[in-house]
Amino acid sequence: MDIKDIENLAELAKIELTEDEKKSLLKDLDGILDYVKQIGEVKVGDIEAEYRSKNVWREDKLEEREFSKDLILKQFPDSQDGFLKVKKIL
Amino acid sequence: MLDIKTLTIKKAGEMMRKGELTSVELVSACLKNIKEKNKELNVFREVFNDALKQAETADQMMKEGKGTDLTGIPIAVKDNILITGKKVSSGSKMLEDYVATYDAFVIKKLKEAGAVLIGRTNMDEFAMGSSTENSAYGPTRNPLDPSRVPGGSSGGSAAAVASGMALGALGSDTGGSIRQPASFCGIVGMKPTYGAVSRSGLTSMSSSLDQIGPFAKDCDGAKIIFECISGKDEMDSTSFELPKEIKIKSSKDITLGVPRDFLKDGIDKEVVKNFKETLEKLKSKGYRVKEVSMPLLKYSLPVYYIIMPAEVSTNLSRLDGMRYGLRKEGESVFDTFKKSRSAGFGPETRRRIILGTYVLSHGYYDAYYNQAWRVRRAIGREYEDIFKDVDFVVTPTSPNTAFKFGDRKDPLQMYLSDIFTVSANLAGLPSITIPSGLSSSLLPFGIEFTGPLDSDISLFAIEKDLRDN
Repeated sequence: MDIKDIENLAELAKIELTEDEKKSLLKDLDGILDYVKQIGEVKVGDIEAEYRSKNVWREDKLEEREFSKDLILKQFPDSQDGFLKVKKIL
Repeated sequence: MLDIKTLTIKKAGEMMRKGELTSVELVSACLKNIKEKNKELNVFREVFNDALKQAETADQMMKEGKGTDLTGIPIAVKDNILITGKKVSSGSKMLEDYVATYDAFVIKKLKEAGAVLIGRTNMDEFAMGSSTENSAYGPTRNPLDPSRVPGGSSGGSAAAVASGMALGALGSDTGGSIRQPASFCGIVGMKPTYGAVSRSGLTSMSSSLDQIGPFAKDCDGAKIIFECISGKDEMDSTSFELPKEIKIKSSKDITLGVPRDFLKDGIDKEVVKNFKETLEKLKSKGYRVKEVSMPLLKYSLPVYYIIMPAEVSTNLSRLDGMRYGLRKEGESVFDTFKKSRSAGFGPETRRRIILGTYVLSHGYYDAYYNQAWRVRRAIGREYEDIFKDVDFVVTPTSPNTAFKFGDRKDPLQMYLSDIFTVSANLAGLPSITIPSGLSSSLLPFGIEFTGPLDSDISLFAIEKDLRDN
């Protein structure tokens, strides 16, 4: 891994990094990856997933939920006429 | 004078039912402790201004004969659990002013029981850390020795109970974040079976690992909280109702499994000595202790440090400055994402997002993420096999006692704090830490018991054999 990889990952994750941060992250990641790669030595074959959790469906019908529209609106960083306001995408 | 530091949830409840104590008196005593010590210890991010009003309501409930075991009991809540109308920041600048728009399932349950929610407690940012040093609002200090960390990430919740600022607390445990701080602060902390407690209203960190659980001074108290907050919730499809009838075995019928190979390296000598002494004590109470071989256990931590950051990087992608949280305007919408996320996230959060992005990226996905899941399942199988022979797997909770601030500068060194706790999260198993004595420098030890799926209630019964002599 090199600085270019860190820059690419930061771009994908939408995080800005200073030059110093890039260097220290490179060092940290090298150490962590070196540690975690030991899992490669485990020969487990293909263990089928067994999930206790099952997909849960519910009837598609109207139900009452208690929410305060006002409280939700207040959490928007910016809003107009009761709508969330964001920058133009295109 | 009411000594909150030694008062248990059960005892306080009995006193209130007999009319010897009111919730207003109890909550006032906690508030006094908070006022005296919170400035130094930084336990609470916020003390709720309606705590006394909640106590009055609880006293009324008690008078009307509608009291439960938790009515009027002051409970501290980790800052990543939603309470309608209260701020919930997850220890991050990103959500500094975010106000919850609904109650977490566990909060609904506590409110129904008449518990008093006294305040929200400090934590490592987005529950990532083992010391609370990653909180954007400064670290919490260990009430037993303020030059040391309280553990993490639920360090504030553990410290609140240990310092008499609350009688019980809620935390969340993704890789040990309830058990390790409970151990460092000398109290009981428990991570339930995955799904036994709903995650609805818990700020997601790593969804396949996260569980909410209780802190209390003793197992009776932790059990009272656990029984209140557990159960099926339609808002969390992974939640379920634990079987009602669980047979609690007597000590003479219990076999403990000790994964000796796993306990060889990197553990403080005093921790090893205490662990051996505690096992001897249990043997004298009739427990059988058996050495077991669990060769995959040592891979738990590396598996965890692949799966967890992968889930963190996807879960935290919702924090982009658009719908809630911090927004820093940039030239374009992508600039706004970047500026907001860079201003909002601290160093450890960034590190894990970048690491998670890497292990999930094209070309590395199979070697890291897929292999980690295969090993995770194999670890689950290893436990299943062991539980055919033993009732609980037992280890120290942490390889060391509470350390000093700044002692774990290298991230990997900090990650090793979780070595004995993460495997229960990977396998979805219930796990508890119980205090097991003090070190030569008077720091608490904890011993950890991990049981089979759904054995949650039986974990609370072990403590009596550790405490009585």
